[in-house]
Amino acid sequence: MTQFFELVLNGLSLGSIYALIALGFVIVFKATEVVNFAQGSLLVLGGYITTQAHDHMPFVLALLVGVSATAFTALVIERVFIHNARGGDVNALAILTIGIDILLITELTRRFGSNVLTIGDPWGNKLVHFAGVSLPQSRLAAIMVAFVLLAAFFLAFKFSNWGVAMRAGAEDGEAAALMGIRRGRVTATAWMVAGALAAVAVVFLTAFPSPGLDTGAREIALRAFPAAILGGLDSTAGAVVGGLAIGLAESMTAGYSVTFLGGSLADVIPYLVMLVILLVRPSGIFGTRELSRV
Amino acid sequence: MSDGRTALLRRLRIGTLVRILLVVVLAALPLYLDNSLLQTGLFSMAAVVGAIGLTILTGAAGQLSLAHAFFLAVGAYSYSYFAGLPDPSKASKAHGLGLPPVLAMVLAVAMAGVVGLLFSPIAGRLRGIYLGVASLSLVFIGSFVYENARGLTGGFNGRAATDFSLFGFQFAADHPPLSILNVPYGRFERLWYLFLFLAVLAYVFGTNVLRGRMGRAMQTMRDSEVAAATMGVDIRRTKAGVFALSSMYAGLAGVMVALAFTRVTPDYFILPLSISYLAMVVIGGLGSVGGATLGAVFVTALPTLLSRYSDSLPFVAAPASGGYDAGKISAALFGLAIVLFVLFEPGGLSALGKRLTGRVRRHTPGGVRGHKPDDRAVEPQRTLPRSGNTTRTQEDPV
Repeated sequence: MTQFFELVLNGLSLGSIYALIALGFVIVFKATEVVNFAQGSLLVLGGYITTQAHDHMPFVLALLVGVSATAFTALVIERVFIHNARGGDVNALAILTIGIDILLITELTRRFGSNVLTIGDPWGNKLVHFAGVSLPQSRLAAIMVAFVLLAAFFLAFKFSNWGVAMRAGAEDGEAAALMGIRRGRVTATAWMVAGALAAVAVVFLTAFPSPGLDTGAREIALRAFPAAILGGLDSTAGAVVGGLAIGLAESMTAGYSVTFLGGSLADVIPYLVMLVILLVRPSGIFGTRELSRV
Repeated sequence: MSDGRTALLRRLRIGTLVRILLVVVLAALPLYLDNSLLQTGLFSMAAVVGAIGLTILTGAAGQLSLAHAFFLAVGAYSYSYFAGLPDPSKASKAHGLGLPPVLAMVLAVAMAGVVGLLFSPIAGRLRGIYLGVASLSLVFIGSFVYENARGLTGGFNGRAATDFSLFGFQFAADHPPLSILNVPYGRFERLWYLFLFLAVLAYVFGTNVLRGRMGRAMQTMRDSEVAAATMGVDIRRTKAGVFALSSMYAGLAGVMVALAFTRVTPDYFILPLSISYLAMVVIGGLGSVGGATLGAVFVTALPTLLSRYSDSLPFVAAPASGGYDAGKISAALFGLAIVLFVLFEPGGLSALGKRLTGRVRRHTPGGVRGHKPDDRAVEPQRTLPRSGNTTRTQEDPV
């Protein structure tokens, strides 16, 4: 039973990190109809800048630098590339972000070499013990930080002018523009938020018990794709539910060593869960079903 | 009108002549090239086959797929399973059926098609970008299977691929010995002709599919699913069919890669492979078979050519020196090429080529009417329907 609780907590922690990344996918998709394949390398970039800044300043400041630099990079990507290709085919835009991803990750790979960097988070390898359950502090921090960020996002999305503009733009872009909503500003901030979320997520992805930060973190970010898809690409709540579901599934299969063909199924469980959900609901759990009659 | 028609005929004939000439030149190349260039050529031709399959799926039918690496793997592993010896060596515990290589090749392609069809409950229902991301999962699930299903795949170290032979003629050994114009024809030279034949076959088949009923159906489906369905195109069947066809292309490419490598290992069929196939078709121009061919050769040959001549190229750093070595330069170039083509020339190399030949033709006398767009030269504008003709309702389709 203790193991079960530990696994649930671990899963929730991993899931909340996935939720942050998946939310980035969803916000960008809602605002610009772009599936952002460059999110993975943005995440690695955020981690890299944070580690580099950490050499000169305390962790919190370094994280702030990392988050703002990543948000700025996302903004540049949106302004320079996406904005100029807007209105294009969804697939073409997705392919465009794949190109950007290749460019970013090639430069980052060159800078990393074969090094594994430590992000220098304040939690280190300390554990928390309560009620017989022990959990790395960083995992607990992940849950709390993600909860705060998600709550802040949903409040802003619901009540702030930005949130209203964002929702209006996603509902009907042209009508929103006619109502005086500055779509350019909305899409730009959407990309910045996605970049910032990725830069926060990378801290917890690479903190203890993970070995550290290298360009492999990009692949972990790809595991948030199933989270965004199974919740529904245009549903913010879906991203959170999807993230938690994927995190729990991964933690459970790893913890109870569920194997198939002799390999640990935890490596592929996000993708298996996604395929099963898509079989039943082709637009994800909360996604808008686009139906057309003939 | 008749003038336009003769001009069209003339251009067609010139186009066909150029293509035939190209094949003749390619057939003569083994007389001159050394082994490393020949091997690059083999991989390029394998990539050509795979890229044609992807350009039909992603370009002509508008279905983004990142699963191409997976279907290549299905072809490669199936071939080495069907053709492999029943009595496996100690190193790899992989089984095999020991069928003749030709039969194994056909079966491997069929197998890739069947696996593509098995994915059709998902591929046929998902809309647009959902398919792209769902197909991503096949690559990762595939990697898991190759590394763990040791009986079929040989596990982490992979398994050997049986060399190709046709009616006793060995393609990989010097048996029977053969030399043309005093050039001994070994493994690479022999495989060259097999690959050239397969690539030409794939090219001709691909252009004919796109020109035929199925090609029209899938292009209509790409431009508007509603309009296609109104015209009597069965959307689910077309999606599933084109997915299976593209998988078969990928399967054949996988067999070719296995033959060129002589080994099938899991670390080859990973996501970057899918992405480089996507780069090939985007650089070549989505939906263009000729463009995919050019893109495949460009993407496959560039890294090896850069590293081969890195000593004489000042901007290429030595490998693992922390600078931009051949691999990183070519990766960056593909990334840049994708970005630039999507932004400035979505039709890729093929549209670029058409624009150039169009300009040349305008200057040649008598060709003025010839550049009048005919239905074959003009590619329909590729824009997906927006919310305009899809209604967002919660009801079920009637």
